[in-house]
Amino acid sequence: MTSATLELNGAAPTPAGARPRPAAVRWALAAARFARRKPLGAIGGVIVVAMLVMAVFAEQIAPYRFDETIRGARMKPPSAAHWLGTDNLSRDMWSRVVYGARVSVTVGFATIALAIVVATAIGVSSAYFGGVWDLAVQRVVDAWLSFPYLVIILSVMAVLGPGRLNLIISVAIIAAATNSRVIRGATLGVMQSQFVEAARAIGCGHARIIVRHLLPNVLATIIILATIGLGAVILAESALSFLGFGVPPPYPSWGAMLSGSGRTYMLRAPWMAVWPGVAISLAVFGFNMLGDALRDVLDPRLRGGR
Amino acid sequence: MLRRYLVRRLLVAVPSLLIATAIVFTLPRLIPGDAVQLMLAETSYAKDIDELRAKLGLDRPFHVQYVEWIGRAARGDLGESLWTRRPVVQELGQRLPVTAELALYATLIALLIAVPVGVLAAARQDSLSDYVVRSLAILGLSVPGFWLATLLIVLPAIWWGWRPVTGFVEFRADPLGHVVQILLPAVILGVASAAALMRLTRGMLLEVLRQDYVRTAWAKGLAERAVVIKHGLRNAVIPVITLLGTQLPQILGGTVVIETIFGLPGVSRFLFDAINQRDYPVIQGVNLLVVSTVVLVNLAVDALYAVLDPRIRY
Repeated sequence: MTSATLELNGAAPTPAGARPRPAAVRWALAAARFARRKPLGAIGGVIVVAMLVMAVFAEQIAPYRFDETIRGARMKPPSAAHWLGTDNLSRDMWSRVVYGARVSVTVGFATIALAIVVATAIGVSSAYFGGVWDLAVQRVVDAWLSFPYLVIILSVMAVLGPGRLNLIISVAIIAAATNSRVIRGATLGVMQSQFVEAARAIGCGHARIIVRHLLPNVLATIIILATIGLGAVILAESALSFLGFGVPPPYPSWGAMLSGSGRTYMLRAPWMAVWPGVAISLAVFGFNMLGDALRDVLDPRLRGGR
Repeated sequence: MLRRYLVRRLLVAVPSLLIATAIVFTLPRLIPGDAVQLMLAETSYAKDIDELRAKLGLDRPFHVQYVEWIGRAARGDLGESLWTRRPVVQELGQRLPVTAELALYATLIALLIAVPVGVLAAARQDSLSDYVVRSLAILGLSVPGFWLATLLIVLPAIWWGWRPVTGFVEFRADPLGHVVQILLPAVILGVASAAALMRLTRGMLLEVLRQDYVRTAWAKGLAERAVVIKHGLRNAVIPVITLLGTQLPQILGGTVVIETIFGLPGVSRFLFDAINQRDYPVIQGVNLLVVSTVVLVNLAVDALYAVLDPRIRY
């Protein structure tokens, strides 16, 4: 997979006879080439990496804990001491935004991982086995897709109850339905290839054809879907948290920071209304930009909707 | 030929709609049993748990319940709200115009922004304006509607002391005030869809502008306007119409948040309240209404698509 990805990234093949470069160098070169060809995508990548760092090292980066009340610092505007100001409960906004990245990242990655596994199982099997199975599965996918995502997620949450795990499950169901369509399409394309026919001719079983021949060839599609999907999932998580169906307080989620009791104080402390939204927009923007650029580089066939 | 296509399209839509109704129907039945007891305590809707089960129709076999429910729904009976005790259909009838109006304005605004901007970006491909427009489009897809709405309420209030009207203004009472009240939420809803539509318009137009007949049009010495609009856009706009169909669930989903923030008494706000109050007949009713609308609109869009473009067949 590594060599295939690098080649698709536009890396020149190592000249015959020359010693192959170490993997780290090759990856760095590929990244540099990507940044030169897709500057906007590289900006997206930087935003994504920054967000991941914030999520992982929140304790080290944030000057205060997310629920720490600071004496005498209620609703203070942004300053040197509190970069993004403080909220109505005297908590440091910057620290809360940093910890908030953790919610977006954990919920985002868990959701998209679950969604992609389900979507791949549905999409690949639907394309590979075809016939009645395909017809039936696709009608179910159709049905899921005709629900507005917030409507169905809220309805599922009404049954499951609020909370982080239920949030992940209900968003993943919708994301899986959407992505399975694209994966099915990509698999159908790969199945036209001669190597699949050849594999069948030499008597490979279904499992071997799917795992060894189909999956590696739809992997690029899956990576792109996951990247763009992460943006959409973070957006969905923030909307649900905003509506009160997300991670329970006082743990900061960017969406929840914009809702609830804070709303009444926003007229006096507008920075409370600004920064969490900036964080959401930047994160989603980063994943979208990176995903768009990855799509152009990895899989030009998906460019249709541009 | 066209008729055969439409019939086949209809045959695909029916099972999808049936499965969707099954999902709508099944969801409230997945609630753990003690939730019924909780409901009993919360709403005092029925005397005892058996009566409540009977009212919700939970005491009979699953498939019997489903068929009966579909049959009643087809006759326009969606049960009554556990909260207001009024028929769900009646409640929906009151709220539907608000949401429909909001969705319609949002769609129009999305089109009004997306098509001209998409044409501009395609006609000036890789120019500065193209880059700016494309980046703005991705930004438009990234900014959460509820944040935009919050800023548009908070910032004008701080800067100019301006606040949106609280309380819903009926069209009959004050037509201008009503439109002004709905316009701001509609713009916020339209922005995200505009971004998606703009990207598609640009992409499709770029493809069309590379066709031979467009080169011929240029060679004939036609003005740029005539080439891009008459020869290009006309052929590029068809997929845009389809995407408009797929944008409907997006816009309707967005209304949940927007109606809640702006206090508009629409269907989505009704759903949100129903979810908080565990008002299952209402949740079912709203879901059924929304899903049927989406399936029917997509059916209509596909039919329109086939009429507009004779090349399109299943």
